Amino acid sequence: MIPMSWYLLFAAALFSIGLYGVMARRNTVAILMSVELLLNAVNINLVTFWRYLTPDRSVGMAWAVFVLAVAAAEAAVGLALIISVYRNRDSVVAEELDVLRN
Amino acid sequence: MSEELLTTLTWLIPVGPLLAFFVITLFTNRSRTLSWMLAWAGVFSSLILGWTVALNVFAEDVHHLEEHPTVIADSIAWLPFGSNADNWLRMGVAVDPLTAVMLIMVTFAITMIFIYSVGYHNWGQPLGKVLGVPNHMQEEPLLSRFFAFMSLFAGAMLLLVVADNLLMLFVGWEIMGFCSYSLIGFWYARDYDIGEDDIPHISPRKAGIKAFMTTRVADVIMLLGIVFFYRVFGTFNFAEALSAHSLEHAVAGVGATALGIMSLLLFTGTVGKSAQWPLHVWLPDAMEGPTPVSATIHAAAMVSAGVYMSIRIFPLLAVGAGPESGVPVGWIIAGIGAFTALMAATIAVAQNDVKGVLAYSTISQLGFMIAAIGTGAYVAAVFHLITHGFFKALLFLASGSVIHGMEHGAHHVHDHHTDPQDMRYMGGLRKKMPITFWTFLIGGMALSGLPFITAGFWSKDEIFASAWYAYNHEGNAIGLMVLVALALAAFLTAFYTMRQISMTFFGKARTPLAEHAQESSNFMTFPLIGLAFFAVIAGWAGIPEDFPILGPLLDNNYAHHIIGATVHSTLHHLSEMGLVGHSYAIAAFDFVWLPLIASLTVALGGLFFGWLMYGRKPLVQGQADPLIKALGPLHTFLNRKWYWDELYDTVLIQPTIFVSETVVYEWIDKGFIDGIIHLVARAFYGFGRYVRAFEMAVFGDGVDWVKDQFLAMAASMRQLQTGRMQEYVLVSTLIASALAFVVLAINYGWFDQIFQ
Repeated sequence: MIPMSWYLLFAAALFSIGLYGVMARRNTVAILMSVELLLNAVNINLVTFWRYLTPDRSVGMAWAVFVLAVAAAEAAVGLALIISVYRNRDSVVAEELDVLRN
Repeated sequence: MSEELLTTLTWLIPVGPLLAFFVITLFTNRSRTLSWMLAWAGVFSSLILGWTVALNVFAEDVHHLEEHPTVIADSIAWLPFGSNADNWLRMGVAVDPLTAVMLIMVTFAITMIFIYSVGYHNWGQPLGKVLGVPNHMQEEPLLSRFFAFMSLFAGAMLLLVVADNLLMLFVGWEIMGFCSYSLIGFWYARDYDIGEDDIPHISPRKAGIKAFMTTRVADVIMLLGIVFFYRVFGTFNFAEALSAHSLEHAVAGVGATALGIMSLLLFTGTVGKSAQWPLHVWLPDAMEGPTPVSATIHAAAMVSAGVYMSIRIFPLLAVGAGPESGVPVGWIIAGIGAFTALMAATIAVAQNDVKGVLAYSTISQLGFMIAAIGTGAYVAAVFHLITHGFFKALLFLASGSVIHGMEHGAHHVHDHHTDPQDMRYMGGLRKKMPITFWTFLIGGMALSGLPFITAGFWSKDEIFASAWYAYNHEGNAIGLMVLVALALAAFLTAFYTMRQISMTFFGKARTPLAEHAQESSNFMTFPLIGLAFFAVIAGWAGIPEDFPILGPLLDNNYAHHIIGATVHSTLHHLSEMGLVGHSYAIAAFDFVWLPLIASLTVALGGLFFGWLMYGRKPLVQGQADPLIKALGPLHTFLNRKWYWDELYDTVLIQPTIFVSETVVYEWIDKGFIDGIIHLVARAFYGFGRYVRAFEMAVFGDGVDWVKDQFLAMAASMRQLQTGRMQEYVLVSTLIASALAFVVLAINYGWFDQIFQ
């Protein structure tokens, strides 16, 4: 069986990549993709802890399924938002979308 | 050479190109020159290593090889798997005679393609300005990207060839799928303005998606087969799983019928990757990529990988098709192969795109190999795979050279509307492009099987002979069906090849483009000569020993002995146990005249008819194809490719679009869900109006004072709102990290230590 730390390190790496993407990418589509990475990193943690610590209660897995559903909804809504933003403002660069400034 | 050294060399075969991919993408992508040089270094290392390993395998004694076919085998623990602590998936390399002949062909063809690509993308010319479209006569601005993906492609193919287990093979398989997608769509910004009379094209990006999606359908089914494989054999390793002992054990465990189903599941992967009917539709459109990509996909890598996989698991297929299993695996495989061979050959007859003819001829030739596998003639299949790899790579590169010459002409006369790939606008290129002409002629003759000289003749003859043997000696009716279908297909092959050569090279130039065509650079002509050499001599390795005159001269049917050694002993054991039909376990068979006469007749007959129709009096400007009159409405049917694309569009694509656009979007989403939401909104809106009236009446201006205070506060607070969401993310991440730190600190009692 693969040691638990392998999974946790992998999830941490994935989370860091995602966080970097969210903060550093300018394209909102790329930011959205990075958010997916974050969610999936968390999912891996959930499933790992479930499998290794409480394998008899499928709490972690159930939660991961919820996260998946939310992630799918988020992707759908997010992409729809980006498309309509693009249609209105001709840009998907995060810095340029500052209507809420001040 | 010592075995350890050979093992190390084998590990290193795919490393060069893979390394080149990473180095180009990460570091050198700004320098186009450095990038292609790195890519060359990668494939040259593979060429040298691959040939060294392969020649060392060939040096082994054949009888020894039959007993122990795997000469080099080494593996390391890769992934822990399952709940058992010492159960690891292993990854490793194995070289047996089959791998060795593949290494010879693949590394050489890929190296030639890499050399050619530098000239094809006009390295050294002024830099092209527009990204994502072909820049005629100018250097490709995305040259680094091209060579990065090509290197990854080559590395994945070599990984697949040397892999000792099904899972690693599948990894290489999928990487190639991705690379073909990105390379077919390499000119992502290209769009066509198709006129009434032009050849229909779809844009490269659509072609890339089509190739990826079509092969994906097959790969999903193949993945089921892989899981099934592991479930039954408990290992992915070919040598372990497909030994006679293990297969006998599996038959006792799950039954031969299950193995038949498993082999069909895995074979579906081949159908997708090697573009067999019904999943052949992606391959002709894959011509949208740059020509070196077409050559890689259609000769050296992609499509060969599919056939290679089927031959790799041949003992499994043989058991699945054996007398114990109720599944007609042999009929299905041979039927798909023979039908595809014949259908694609008929389509190729009526194509006008110089690459389109070759695309359908590839599908057809792959059908030959699949049909050969179906009759149990895996040696003939491998032999044809190898010779086909050489001459089809040659033909594609030569056709790319023709297109290049035509584009040169187009540039010269400033004509950017005439399609430089349309054979109707060519003619008379023999004098303008002599090297391209001669090499194309050699490749074309090999494809049509010009007797005794070219490689294609010997490998096709081998398939015919095996099919005839299967029918005549073993009473296997599949053999007869395959022989008849393939003979017809071979006749058409010779015919359309002659048609293509005549239309392209003979007669007088039919447009100013062809008038001003020019021979391509040395980067492009050198690989043509190199491949032409092998397109001739590769066949001599497989001349039957008792062939009149030529047989005793060479004294050995190397192809048969060496390739046959791969699984012969296994099949022999299985055959003795009654698990495999006799026709699947033939070591060698005597020379007979009938298949030879058949292959002579079809090759020479096809060439003769082609010459009669197109070569004797080449087309002149404005003259219609004589075939249109001869075939009538059938010509349209063939020209439109049997309407497979239209059929799939009506049966599969349009219903899907209808369901998603009309049913799901219009009815369910906009009608039902949005309807409920609008209803709720309207109800609350109405309610809110009454509440507002009530509020206005009860509370007066007193509330406004509170509001003003809040507004003033908000005015000072809004400075914090920069409106940049990434700054918010940064701040919240910092706060979250600080909170996490505090929680950890409390948890571990750090505060207690500080504050005592």
